[in-house]
Amino acid sequence: MSFLGQLVDRLLEVARPAHHENRGLSERGILIFQHTSEVIKAEALLKSASLDVAVKGPPPEVRTGCDLAIEFPIVSELKAREILSGAKIQPILVLPLQDLLLEPVNLFQVKDFGAHLMVRAANMKITVSKSDLMIVNVSGGGCPDVPFLADQLVGRRLPDAPEPRTYGQTLCGYALQLAYEELKRRCLG
Amino acid sequence: MSWLIVGTVPYEGFPLVEGPCALTNGRIRFRDHTAPVARGTAALAAAACLTSEVLGIRSPNVLLAGDIGRGDGSTLVYRRMVDRVGESAERLIVFHYLLPEVQWHDRILMGLDDLTDKPVLVADAGYMYVAKMSGSAPSYDLFTPDAGEIAFLADENAPHPFYTRGFLLQEEEQVPELIRRAYEHDNAARYLLVKGRRDLIASEVGILAEVHEPCVDAMEPIGGTGDSLTGIVAALIAAGRSIPEAALLAAKINRLLGSLSDPTPAFSIADLLPALPRAIETALAT
Repeated sequence: MSFLGQLVDRLLEVARPAHHENRGLSERGILIFQHTSEVIKAEALLKSASLDVAVKGPPPEVRTGCDLAIEFPIVSELKAREILSGAKIQPILVLPLQDLLLEPVNLFQVKDFGAHLMVRAANMKITVSKSDLMIVNVSGGGCPDVPFLADQLVGRRLPDAPEPRTYGQTLCGYALQLAYEELKRRCLG
Repeated sequence: MSWLIVGTVPYEGFPLVEGPCALTNGRIRFRDHTAPVARGTAALAAAACLTSEVLGIRSPNVLLAGDIGRGDGSTLVYRRMVDRVGESAERLIVFHYLLPEVQWHDRILMGLDDLTDKPVLVADAGYMYVAKMSGSAPSYDLFTPDAGEIAFLADENAPHPFYTRGFLLQEEEQVPELIRRAYEHDNAARYLLVKGRRDLIASEVGILAEVHEPCVDAMEPIGGTGDSLTGIVAALIAAGRSIPEAALLAAKINRLLGSLSDPTPAFSIADLLPALPRAIETALAT
């Protein structure tokens, strides 16, 4: 059986018992993609279409490595598929879901160095100079897009810098996006 | 001792390179290619080369390729490691920035486990993540996590630091409990060097040593300071120090590197590295 076939079977195995045991039906669904980069692009597209989506970790049984999935309102499946299809992004699987997903980090650590402010989300940190909002450092992380993202961000002002999601490919890139958004919220309102 | 650093550099099209590395005019040279010492594996390799030079040992070899996060360079590196693992002559291998891929990781580890004389294995960054994801953390000799990463190691359900559950607080004062929990669930290497306001060296039996001075707050936001620590500890192990001894000394050296450079949060690791030889000599003299 192909990897994709195994993935589908494993996910169905996980999903079915949950639905049999719990009569309450979830209104949420899950979109699984081949590549993390597709998840990041898909999230931006679906959000811009005002869909209530959230990036989550897939159930352990279907993880292959640095995976992401998108939780979305299952009632909007057609709309979601259409939006993604227009952007030539094809989920490999769409399923209803009940409490199978892990929550991404949602806590931020903020450290004030006087002239500089640092925000950490999970394993990623971004630091800005308070006086001119210049991004002076990006640190932490372990996926290969981190050094690349740091090159794109460091030395640029926060209002002008590209969002990490523009170039990010991995969960570390996604954590950096969250830290960046928090830093923007604190510095730019 | 022959030793190897395995990782990536963030440049598209940077080819697979294998062989010695050297620090020349502020850039790290890998055969015919060079890269700036900004952060990541280049910073690790630069710190390793400088430390090796001061200690009078052979510089490391590297196996790396360009990868901006798409995984293409990581795949080249993984594939080459699988091909060469049976004939590995290195006594120490340091795994670093690679896209976490459990299947590749497991193939490499199986090959290493089959060796009559398994090398010392150090993992940091993405490779530490995949080692934990695969359930193979105890097969490694040293991990070098920071506060966020030790919380990830402590969370038996988290496949990546991004998913670390909120009840595992990523605060400095929680680190000893997180270390205990990481060992309890077999998600730690034989030794841990946990970077933070206090650097802690730990094993299954608990905290072995702690270094908290000099304390330079500005080191935390500077990209590459964790990579330099991993490069220093690896060079000390290559020089024959035991892992706990190397970890303790490396923590002191990396802190001295900060205090000698008097950095602001806007410094880069390249600004700090010129002080590394003096930091090593100072730490060795005390």
